[in-house]
Amino acid sequence: MPTDSHAGNSRRITYLEALAEALDQEMARDPDVLVLGEDIGGEFGGAFKATKGLWQKYGEHRVINTPMAELGFTGMATGMALAGLRPVIEMQFADFISTAFDAIVQYAASTHYIWQGAVPWTIRAPADGGTSSGPFHSQNPEAWFAHVPGLKVICPGTPADVKGLLTSAIRDNNPVIFFESKTLYRSLRGPVPPGEHLVPIGKARQARPGADLTIITYGAMLQSALAAAEELAGEGIEAAVLDLRTVKPLDTDQILEFVKATGKALIVHAANRMMGCGAEVAALIAEECFEYLDAPVRRLGGLDTPVPFSPSLEQAYRPDADRIAAAARDLAVW
Amino acid sequence: MTSLSAVERLDIYRWMYRTRRFDEVMVSMFKQGRGLGTCFSARGHEAVSIGAGWGLQPEDFAAPMHRNVGMFMLRGLPPDQLYSNYLGRANGTTRGRDANLHGNGDLSRNLIGFISHIPQSLPVALGTAMSFRYRRQPQAALTVCGDGGSTAGVFHETLNMAVLYEAPLVVVLENNQYAYSTPVAEHTAVSELHFKARAYDMPSQVVDGNDVLEVFEAVSAALTRARAGKGPSLVEARTMRMLGHAIHDGAEYVPDELLAHWEARDPVVRFRWWLQEHDGVGTDVLQELERTETELIDQAFAAAEASPFPDPDTVEAGVYAD
Repeated sequence: MPTDSHAGNSRRITYLEALAEALDQEMARDPDVLVLGEDIGGEFGGAFKATKGLWQKYGEHRVINTPMAELGFTGMATGMALAGLRPVIEMQFADFISTAFDAIVQYAASTHYIWQGAVPWTIRAPADGGTSSGPFHSQNPEAWFAHVPGLKVICPGTPADVKGLLTSAIRDNNPVIFFESKTLYRSLRGPVPPGEHLVPIGKARQARPGADLTIITYGAMLQSALAAAEELAGEGIEAAVLDLRTVKPLDTDQILEFVKATGKALIVHAANRMMGCGAEVAALIAEECFEYLDAPVRRLGGLDTPVPFSPSLEQAYRPDADRIAAAARDLAVW
Repeated sequence: MTSLSAVERLDIYRWMYRTRRFDEVMVSMFKQGRGLGTCFSARGHEAVSIGAGWGLQPEDFAAPMHRNVGMFMLRGLPPDQLYSNYLGRANGTTRGRDANLHGNGDLSRNLIGFISHIPQSLPVALGTAMSFRYRRQPQAALTVCGDGGSTAGVFHETLNMAVLYEAPLVVVLENNQYAYSTPVAEHTAVSELHFKARAYDMPSQVVDGNDVLEVFEAVSAALTRARAGKGPSLVEARTMRMLGHAIHDGAEYVPDELLAHWEARDPVVRFRWWLQEHDGVGTDVLQELERTETELIDQAFAAAEASPFPDPDTVEAGVYAD
């Protein structure tokens, strides 16, 4: 049985350190693993320094600096993956992933279904906002990819999960889009096992128990949901927090189990709410456990606007612990 | 003149004739309503497919496109299995998942399937070339794109990276004069398509795409160069799409004189004549070869038509690899 890495006695490291550790350990373990992306080569180590030190340790052969050509280098990684390598692609910002859309959603995603060609690459995409980074450095575009058969989509919310899930993503034989929260890169610290650490793709995790309602979330909103749940506990409302961790495949079993147990569901993500992944979760609950519901399903997400730059606007755009707590209170008294 | 033996040259003709017959039967069957979906005729492209494919080694990667049925067959895909794919049968290469030559990938043959977004094969082929560089294996990857594909951004991204990384890649630019209904002069301002490679310091040349030996010599030299670690190159093969874009397209927009010009340079007829003139191959030998190939293709279509459709219960199988 794997130990619960979130409660263990492991040392506490940042989200960014945890993902860098996964990259390093997988490169050390498997000579077929390589990394490629913009500005990751040489001494520089990438825009967020996630790959810092890898070039010195593994050489330019396995740490490939790319030109500003996301479509081209993602397609190139697909060819490398078809030939049996395991490229880990760094999109400098998740927002830039749209430039590589054809290579991802048309080519890589369909190849195994059509001609049984496995594409074992992982795209690391630094996503998320809340940092006044503007419309093109703040997006959470997981829903674009969750709609595509053949892809797996991961949104880890803790240092332990970022390490365990990135390790699993690299070893997975399918194209995996791995959305990191750059908001959490240096702000979130947590226990992370130092050695080999694998978290299964497609399994949600109970981040907090509770009997009154379930907050279903993933990515950076996990921390906001936990903060809200803590505040609610002081008011006598016990909110369970279910961290999906993976949005495709979705852990439908645990979602239904938690909603059946608590009778109320609040779905929260940082991405805009309209047609977001939360809509699928809400539909699942409505279809599969309507009779267990004691209140309508509620969703919180970003507004249906581009992500605005100015702090006052971005705060208005993005859910936070206060808004989660307010929505949970409404549900609790339903 | 050529590095090939007379026996190999006759064998090349066999493959060109097989490619032609495959196409003729396919077009005829689709016109009779015995096809499924659509099909893209390879008529006129036989010398490009066979000439370029002939220089490949089994360990090389190949990423052909929708008019390269000859190259798919050269890589070992049997004609009946290919026809089965046209007809959506369970034993087609894609098990009913994609149409005609689309998706005809087979990793056991180092063959990369293409999608309808044709230029997307370019970076994928580059990636397979990069895998050889990564593993320090002296092999090369070859891909084909059209004149239309050379206008896409990803064409330029691929050429730039191929040279930057000194990848063992050969790009065959099959210039067949039209991107669907748009002639070359209306989709690019570049006078010679192979000049596009020069913007990236990639060696390039143009060959007569209807002369199978010329295509072979140029592509084979490019592959040898790539395998030796001397980097990528591009060969523009000028040919003509003799029928429409797809089976529905009468190509009324193509001037008759242009078709007549290329009809007089038909790659199959022309090489047949060459073999008689230069290798002294007798008409009886050629006729026997043609009879055998015609029979093989007829049997292949009949076998495909008799094959079952996929079991609907398998519709969700294979979306993900284990």
